[in-house]
Amino acid sequence: MTTADAQVPGRKLDWLPLALVPALALAALLFITSLPTWITLTLAGLAMGMMIFMMASGLTLVFGLMDVMNFAHGVFISIGAYAAASVLVAMKGAMQAPSLAANLSAIVPALLAAIALAGFLGWFFERVVIRPVYGDHLRQILVTMGGLIVFEQLIHVVWGPDIIPLPQPATLSGSFLVGNAALERYRLLAVLVGLAIFAAMWLVLNRTRLGLLIRAGVENAEMVESLGYRIRLVFIAVFVAGSALAGLGGVMWGIYQGSVNAQMGMQVMVLLFIVLIIGGLGSVGGCFVGALLVGLATNYTGYLAPKLALGSSILLMVLVLLWRPRGLYPVGKA
Amino acid sequence: MLHTLLSGDRPRSRILAAVLVAILVGLALAPFVFPGTRSLNVAAKVAVFVLLVASYDLLLGYTGIVSFAHTMFFGIGGYGVGMAMAKLGSTWGSLALGVAAALAVSLVLALAIGLLSLRVKAIFFAMITLAVASFFQILASQLSWLTGGEDGITFKLPELLQPATRLLESPLFGVDVGGRLLAYYVVFLGSLACFLLLLRAVNSPFGRVLLSIRENEFRSEAIGYRIVTYRTVANCLAALGATVAGVLYALWLRYTGPDTTLSFSIMIDILLMVVIGGMGTMYGSVLGATIFVLAQNYLQDLMKLASGAAQGVPLLPDLLHPDRWLLWLGILFIVCVYYFPTGIVGRLRAVAR
Amino acid sequence: MPEALLSLAGVNTHIGQYHILQGVDFEVPRGGLTMLLGRNGAGKTTCLRTIMGLWKASAGTIRYDGAEIQRTPTPELARLGVAYVPENMGIFAGLTVRENLLLAARDRGLDAKRLGWLFDLFPAMQKFWNAFAGNLSGGQKQMLAIARAIVEPRKLLLIDEPTKGLAPAVIASMIEAFRELKRTESTILVVEQNFHFARSLGDSVAVMDSGRIVHTGGMDGLAADEPLQQRLLGLSLGTHQ
Repeated sequence: MTTADAQVPGRKLDWLPLALVPALALAALLFITSLPTWITLTLAGLAMGMMIFMMASGLTLVFGLMDVMNFAHGVFISIGAYAAASVLVAMKGAMQAPSLAANLSAIVPALLAAIALAGFLGWFFERVVIRPVYGDHLRQILVTMGGLIVFEQLIHVVWGPDIIPLPQPATLSGSFLVGNAALERYRLLAVLVGLAIFAAMWLVLNRTRLGLLIRAGVENAEMVESLGYRIRLVFIAVFVAGSALAGLGGVMWGIYQGSVNAQMGMQVMVLLFIVLIIGGLGSVGGCFVGALLVGLATNYTGYLAPKLALGSSILLMVLVLLWRPRGLYPVGKA
Repeated sequence: MLHTLLSGDRPRSRILAAVLVAILVGLALAPFVFPGTRSLNVAAKVAVFVLLVASYDLLLGYTGIVSFAHTMFFGIGGYGVGMAMAKLGSTWGSLALGVAAALAVSLVLALAIGLLSLRVKAIFFAMITLAVASFFQILASQLSWLTGGEDGITFKLPELLQPATRLLESPLFGVDVGGRLLAYYVVFLGSLACFLLLLRAVNSPFGRVLLSIRENEFRSEAIGYRIVTYRTVANCLAALGATVAGVLYALWLRYTGPDTTLSFSIMIDILLMVVIGGMGTMYGSVLGATIFVLAQNYLQDLMKLASGAAQGVPLLPDLLHPDRWLLWLGILFIVCVYYFPTGIVGRLRAVAR
Repeated sequence: MPEALLSLAGVNTHIGQYHILQGVDFEVPRGGLTMLLGRNGAGKTTCLRTIMGLWKASAGTIRYDGAEIQRTPTPELARLGVAYVPENMGIFAGLTVRENLLLAARDRGLDAKRLGWLFDLFPAMQKFWNAFAGNLSGGQKQMLAIARAIVEPRKLLLIDEPTKGLAPAVIASMIEAFRELKRTESTILVVEQNFHFARSLGDSVAVMDSGRIVHTGGMDGLAADEPLQQRLLGLSLGTHQ
């Protein structure tokens, strides 16, 4: 019984779960007979999946490495979205200009603001909120829930209670036609960004010393310490990176939804948990596959059986758990 | 006799005892002492939430399980009553049927969830209950033909409990004795009775085993068969308690819907109440529920004054804004989790010693 | 007279409400191989873990290379030249053999000459160089765990039950490997239940019972004294499977 198939796609010998993604897409094609519609929906599903992956990857890695489930993870998502919203609202003109350069001059600072603020908040959170309750799962859940409540309220204090609209940048909105299928530019961007981030994570995890430490730490943090590494520093780095990623995901999600509100982090939490459970707690690869499956499933059922759409991810979760009770890529603890 | 009534679980602190008595008397005499629709609503809500939170304390404080599915059972109780009264007519018979059905469904679900907690880590369990509760919420809002969807179900109570009904010709101590008064006492006495039953459960040998399991679970990974049985029974009792609370709440509101019972913010409120009041004490839920509901209704007025007084100072007026009352409770909650796990009740008892 | 590399004085360790080490006193002489023996539950593993800082001693002092280390964090101890091979080997199953060793080699990377010596010691490692460590057999995993501990020269090796669960043939090759190890400058402290293994390799011995050291001395002395063995370990010279 090997745990060789754990965490990281590409290295794994277990391609079966990854095959579920095209399998689901093809199965949907049978029901959605119109090809252009299918293309649009698939792109929408992939885009949504990528954004969810961005938001969830930090959460699963933190859990796998540090054995900490941060129920307040949604806070980083919200903060990222709000930080970006502030920048974008201030630079409304640049956003609405029909030039890519102008758009980017607004978007890039917005993304940087999101990543920076979310990352900083992550550092603060790990130090002040999480550290005192390492190892105590019950208090972890309670304290992070408390953090969720408090920070959601603080967002109201700083940014006010209103929903802030977040329009798409001018050059990235709308769609272009490929044959009969309408491909939304923004969704394409989301897919590209998601793939880039996944590739970056893969490279770090598999080609760098830090990645080696993380992969080893997920299996046996104590042994990594015994080999002479201050795993605490790795913890902090991963937590901050995870929070920053969540912030980035939050921005993209906010633009996707068209607005930001203080509850958005909390609203998406259930979806994140479902993705984590499907993928296997602690597995980045599983999170990736799970997120894509959830994104696709939500969009396909949204078209085929709208009433079922909200519950489709949960049904998907149940099906996956019946097949693999610990998720698609369980991370075996040595 | 008091000893038997309280199942031997004395307050163990003069201040606590005094506060509890005050709350009990206040709730018992609410229609007479606090006249007015608003105050009666507050009193009824306190009674309902005392039961809801106490049943959650059984799960969290005594068994050591964090579950996010508690609001689901709350909702099952409410919808049981709502659907029965709306579809089957406003009779005592259909009410009984609705309540029985609700309890049965809750029991089955609680059993299923309890068995799931077999080999599953606490965190995994919490996440799954969140997903289950979320699914239930989706069902309730999507199956509008059955559940009234987002709008919920408004219904009439059996004639005896209807507000228009008059039981006595002239008012008693200035209060009209009618269906509304009766409904209030159904809620109050129902909640009180169930609370005392829960108190009995946690002070029985069963309850003591729960406490010892809670201690062991967090120290070792080994799980024996019997632990699952006890946790499942605790899960079922808690679920039934929440269901009864849901029934009572629906009876009072004459309405049931997703936002009064199933929303996640109610789950958060329950957490706040049980932790601030004191986990694992039962009386903590009485205190927690009272403080929370009073804060929800009256603290905002206080904060409005404070906010107005703080005008001109940066940030402070926003922090004291009445809509931010949850912020302060949240901070109190966090402080309790770190420093006062037994909450206010624990503090009072420590001081008394 | 060279001071002992490692010495424990009055060390107590509590795990939760359990008082496991109840005043451990012994020394590990520089350069030799000391066997820490004792029945199950005597506290041998706890002893190693306390030395390594994975569990904090509640009382007493531990001196290593002249300095007190009972409060030193584990990673720092490792960088002071202490290597630890736990009872469950602690190899990373999801990493390859190469990655396991790379991690252990820390900043300097893998030294070709050292690697060659390791391959002589443990030929299977070369064969499985790019395989996932989780795919190795029990004996091979144990070899990898030890190889990891010595991928760079270390002053002190703490090894917990290296022969646990291994077949006799594998144990024999393990003895050969350890004989090689003894030729290096490392001081080795081994927890063992297999008396044959202990007798073949140990220079000095310490016996634990109920959280205390009940006997210290040379291995030859203990090996020659059967009644003493019976009393301390409940067995005699035969190989303990």
